[in-house]
Amino acid sequence: MRYVIATALAVAMAAAPAHAKVLRYSTNADLLGLDPAINNEGPTNAMKTNLYEGLIYRNFDLSLSPGLATEWSQVSPEVWRFKLRQGVKFHDGTPLTAADVVFSLGRYKADQSDMKSYVATVKEVKIVDPSTIDFVTSGPDPILPQQLPLFYIMSKVWSEKNNTTQVVRGTSAPTFINFNANGTGPFKLVERVADNRTVVEPNKDWWGKPDHNLTRAEFRPIANAATRVAALLSGEIDLMYPVPAQDVQRINSTPGAKVLTGAELRTIFFGFDQERSELLDMKGTGKNPFKDKRVREAFYKAIDIQSIQRVVMRGSSRPTGSMVAPGIAGFSEEVDKRPAYNPDEAKKLLADAGYPNGFPVTLDCPNDRYDNDEAICQAVVPMLTRIGVQIKLNAQTRSKHFDKIGLKENYNTSFYMLGWTPGTFDAHNMLVNIVTLKEKDSGIFNSGRYTNPKVEQLTKQAETEMDLKKRNDLMVEAQKIHKDDYGHIPLHQQTLAWGVRDTVDGSVKPRPSNDVDLRQIKMK
Amino acid sequence: MFAYIVRRALQSILVMAAVAFVAFALFQYMGDPINQMVAQDASAAEREALRRTLGLDRPFYVQFLVFLKNLMTGNFGFSFRIGTPVAQIIAERLPATLELVLVAALFALFIGVPAGVYTGLHRHGAMSRFMLTVSLIGVSLPTFLIGILLILIFAVLLGWLPSFGRGQTVQLGFWSTGFLTASGLKALILPSITLGLFQTTLIMRLVRSEMLEVLRSDYIKFARARGLTNRAINFGHALKNTLVPVITIAGLQIGGLIAFAIITETVFQWPGMGFLFITAIQFVDVPVMSSYLVLVALFFVLINLVVDLLYFAVDPRLRVERSVSAH
Repeated sequence: MRYVIATALAVAMAAAPAHAKVLRYSTNADLLGLDPAINNEGPTNAMKTNLYEGLIYRNFDLSLSPGLATEWSQVSPEVWRFKLRQGVKFHDGTPLTAADVVFSLGRYKADQSDMKSYVATVKEVKIVDPSTIDFVTSGPDPILPQQLPLFYIMSKVWSEKNNTTQVVRGTSAPTFINFNANGTGPFKLVERVADNRTVVEPNKDWWGKPDHNLTRAEFRPIANAATRVAALLSGEIDLMYPVPAQDVQRINSTPGAKVLTGAELRTIFFGFDQERSELLDMKGTGKNPFKDKRVREAFYKAIDIQSIQRVVMRGSSRPTGSMVAPGIAGFSEEVDKRPAYNPDEAKKLLADAGYPNGFPVTLDCPNDRYDNDEAICQAVVPMLTRIGVQIKLNAQTRSKHFDKIGLKENYNTSFYMLGWTPGTFDAHNMLVNIVTLKEKDSGIFNSGRYTNPKVEQLTKQAETEMDLKKRNDLMVEAQKIHKDDYGHIPLHQQTLAWGVRDTVDGSVKPRPSNDVDLRQIKMK
Repeated sequence: MFAYIVRRALQSILVMAAVAFVAFALFQYMGDPINQMVAQDASAAEREALRRTLGLDRPFYVQFLVFLKNLMTGNFGFSFRIGTPVAQIIAERLPATLELVLVAALFALFIGVPAGVYTGLHRHGAMSRFMLTVSLIGVSLPTFLIGILLILIFAVLLGWLPSFGRGQTVQLGFWSTGFLTASGLKALILPSITLGLFQTTLIMRLVRSEMLEVLRSDYIKFARARGLTNRAINFGHALKNTLVPVITIAGLQIGGLIAFAIITETVFQWPGMGFLFITAIQFVDVPVMSSYLVLVALFFVLINLVVDLLYFAVDPRLRVERSVSAH
């Protein structure tokens, strides 16, 4: 027993040498797990990016730079060629080979993989020679490199040794790979205790030159926002996010702590049911007002986004007319301009459409998913009431909300709130998932079933257009048509807020994807 | 006696099966676990495939029967969220909760009983009035508010105690304990006060009213008439006689402590069972939720059973009545 305590003390002391640069950081939920092929979620992927590497690395400004591949090019429309970095070793010392890339692809394409979408177009990987790999795509894929930063390469030898070659959703067998990691990344996993802490230390044999100066990083999730703020104020943690809007002032007025803000990539918007011939709240009338563009325009113009920004969001939002945020490929300044707020015109539009006295409709809203989601909806209710719409608010917890507006209940909604971040940082992802139908597997969250053949055709063209400039124009064109159709009502991008202590260097900025890439963190 | 225990055990199994059923039925309305497990742009086919793998495509009663069958064999299933067996997760989290509950219960007893005796003896003293006023806070303030207030004072303003977590723990076999390190002990202080405050005030008020009752009774008057010392009367006779109901209530409150630990653990990010349950709800982690509820039902059933058996041991009148009615 005495020995155990002595060891514990020794460990505790060894962990804190005099020149230590230890980052203790926190957010509201734990990582889902460390298996590269599942747990496709922002903060979890960020931690995996510390431990594992893809062929390509995504920089802070979302641009791409070499990762495990030193260079890449499209040698023919359906083949991308990658030069594999030589002399790279996994954390356990085994060398990186082309076979590891093939093996990792197999895992990503496995039945239970949750990361299939990043390699969806890759048909096979061919080893040309030990340092050259060809990715053969099923049709031309101009943006394959955009998808690969999250394609993590893992060791085949290590996986076989530890019996974790299969992708298992942790329902039939314990998953070794969810609690252990063996990547090539700049950090090594030291310890992981679910819901408690994940500790990493720099990988001294990493091939690159680190920008960070950390000697250790401890990720400690704290679910309760008030406790998380308290832990920052008391100096128990160095960095945490998100900061609740009401605590920004308080943190800024505490010596040694401050709030950093930045723009987030997620766009929050409303959508309308444009498919059913009869609105859910208008049983027996045989009418769906949202099929009329004038009604959608009236709703758009009745929403006073500036007031929402000022009052509900306390300034922490960026009103937008675009379905994607600045920084996303395919974003356009022109699309971003919102049609002006004009309740009188909205009223007239409703009357023109044949609803001078409005109509009943329910607004479906989550209450624990986005910043102030329920409050935004509550603010919108009187705005729409003012133009005569009899609006009812149905705000509920996220799992219920997404069931209702999603596939599970067959898009059981007439008017709903949703937020979307294109996982590929490319507008095409939004076009496919939010504003088009018809294609196989597309429109998964096009809950209002908006459809316009021209938008669909442009989206399809953009998918295979090799000229990036032309491709960009196609995506902007599609967004313009969608905007003129008033297909959805984009509201804003949230402002993200990180709380930091003065132990953190001034160069640290919140990432637009709202997660922590330790490579970009410096301590004083 | 034996027949009584067997009957109680059978009733207990029924109670637990009912809890399992109600819990399971409620989970059907909690949302779809699949949404939490896949990426937002996963296709319909991918979602369906995962649903089949998890067995969630089967009708409700089949899922329930499979769950029951697995329970019988001690198999609690796998957590959707963490990906390890639920039994293992619970075994990891149980020590944290039980240590917290133990310290909170001790806190409640060792502060509550003396405070109750004091306020009972000095009914009109200024100190008594002060203590009763303070105890109102414990009764009326919600747990999360007390927790946040304590964090604000002792962690943020004074910087004496940690605001979250369990500190350094030491592994003794399967049991991870925070009792053996300074940081572990420090981390226990705020959560256990938060958790135990309600019970403390409850016990204090209970002891006080029992004391007032007992002090009026004849045998205390006779004891005084006999010239016994105040100390012998107050502690040897009065307090002893107040303790029977106090022990009963305190025993039953231990179940309540385990249940209330949910809020305290969430506020302090305490890695115990309650926190596990809350995160399971957010993630619609059905196996963890149902196992937790069945386990808590088991705790309550066991505590009630022990309390009932203690009555047998303590109160001779009960034994007589039971044996008569058995004929």
